[in-house]
Amino acid sequence: MSLIALQGAVELGLIYALMALGLFVSYRVLDIPDLTVDSSFTLGAAVSAVLTMGGHPILGIVLAIAAGWFAGLLTAFLQTKLHIQPILAGILSMTALYSINLHVMGNKAMVSLLNTPNIFSKASEIMGPYGKMVAAFCFILGAIIFLILFFRTQTGLCIRATGDNEDMVRSSSINTDRMKFIGLGLANALVGMGGALLAQYQMFADASTGIGMVVIGLASLIIGEVLFGRPSVPRNIISVVLGAIVYRVVIAFVLARGLAASDLKLISAVVVTLAISYPVVIDQYKLHKLRKEGAKNA
Amino acid sequence: MLKLTHVSKTFHPSTINERKALIDLSLHLNNGDFVTIIGGNGAGKSTLFNAITGAFLLDSGKIELDGKDITFMRDFRRAREIGRLFQDPLKGTAPNMTIEENLAMAYLRGIKKGFSLGINKKDEKFFKDHLAELNLGLEDRLKTKMGLLSGGQRQAVTLMMATIVTPKLLLLDEHTAALDPATAEKVLDLTQKIVRRDKITTMMITHNMSQSLVCGTRTIMMDEGRIILDVQGEERSQMTVEKLLALFKVRSKKEMDNDRMLLN
Repeated sequence: MSLIALQGAVELGLIYALMALGLFVSYRVLDIPDLTVDSSFTLGAAVSAVLTMGGHPILGIVLAIAAGWFAGLLTAFLQTKLHIQPILAGILSMTALYSINLHVMGNKAMVSLLNTPNIFSKASEIMGPYGKMVAAFCFILGAIIFLILFFRTQTGLCIRATGDNEDMVRSSSINTDRMKFIGLGLANALVGMGGALLAQYQMFADASTGIGMVVIGLASLIIGEVLFGRPSVPRNIISVVLGAIVYRVVIAFVLARGLAASDLKLISAVVVTLAISYPVVIDQYKLHKLRKEGAKNA
Repeated sequence: MLKLTHVSKTFHPSTINERKALIDLSLHLNNGDFVTIIGGNGAGKSTLFNAITGAFLLDSGKIELDGKDITFMRDFRRAREIGRLFQDPLKGTAPNMTIEENLAMAYLRGIKKGFSLGINKKDEKFFKDHLAELNLGLEDRLKTKMGLLSGGQRQAVTLMMATIVTPKLLLLDEHTAALDPATAEKVLDLTQKIVRRDKITTMMITHNMSQSLVCGTRTIMMDEGRIILDVQGEERSQMTVEKLLALFKVRSKKEMDNDRMLLN
């Protein structure tokens, strides 16, 4: 794999890390499998692309964050106020947002940003060949610092507890519904920001960009946690970011080895399945060994 | 302090599973009362607690706490003034958060949760002093994850969390039943110490009949959603376990069926 390909993979990893952090907030902290991600990612990309077309790349990112936030609130509303199961609530928002995304993009399946200045092209102009990476790094660094500080606040503490023992949180006079609103809003704001950056980075937004994002995000999250551990919240956050980068580098590597890009989603799904199920598999293996030993002694 | 007037609740009404859990139940607790509650299986003891904490809304009746009508108040709002402990020590704490973080959350009870720091240096000292009172050596383990503590330790910390901001009412639902005898006694002693010190109005469900007479200032016996016995003062100090069992038989027209109660 060439150095340029590696650099590209790291840049993409830094961008996708935002989305992985969003999943960290919903899946790991709040313990909610939030499928909104698939479409809030596209929503962020769409908003960012349309505004970049209009000459406002930075405003595009800001509004993409806001749009993601509202997408998260929608899911939280379905879950808490209408008592729809978390997975179904996510699917409903995802489906509804698909239409909204198309509307945002002016009823086109794709918006191209070729030859339109965006934050990455500007960064390259100013800082040369590493400009894109520096820009992506700044965004992710900002997100990391924000999250670490946020989870130390009173609200951050309550959100973490909501995912850990909801009954206990309610009996500490904390409105868990409110915590889910804030948590899912924050999660999808991060995802929307990831989508916004990706659209400007690859210079197009596509209505199907977000398909399978949940799985890719989970794969990054789990890879990061397995490789770098999660002894504390700050460490966990950094592990997730590193995991997203590792994931992209691995993908770039297997692609360079001749794997078809169309197989990527299959591989992501297999990685997540293995990572989540490996404790069960190990237990089964141990049980099997124990049985064999037992049979010998009988 | 706590006043329940003609409280009724039926689960699954007009179905085959219909169960009258509370039937026209009235109860008045004075400030500083420590009530122990006994009764057979399914007598409605825990249901009574659930009604008070707002796990469900009543079919009829009224609940007042400290002069305020809380009948339709949502559960997490009532929790500002009501502390509760369950039999299961795992229920009262967040296992993946540290002792300190758990305490911080309890300490925020009734305060609007904003974006200031969850735990500051002053809180840390405060928590340490409080933990030292438990005599469990937890004061040096503030950063330990709650899930690593034993059941007894967790229950002791839960008790601290429920009382760190003095509640108006403390509900104890057999909170020592899942602990080994020595730990159970320790947690019970601690409970009595805290309740006495902070003068908290308390209700405690227990399956131990002699404990129900030794602890507290008043004893209530429940059966099939009703209060069938309510003793305090002179009458209570004359009471024995045998008399209690005999009274139960007379008032409920059946034998005591709480197996755990009989084994004690």
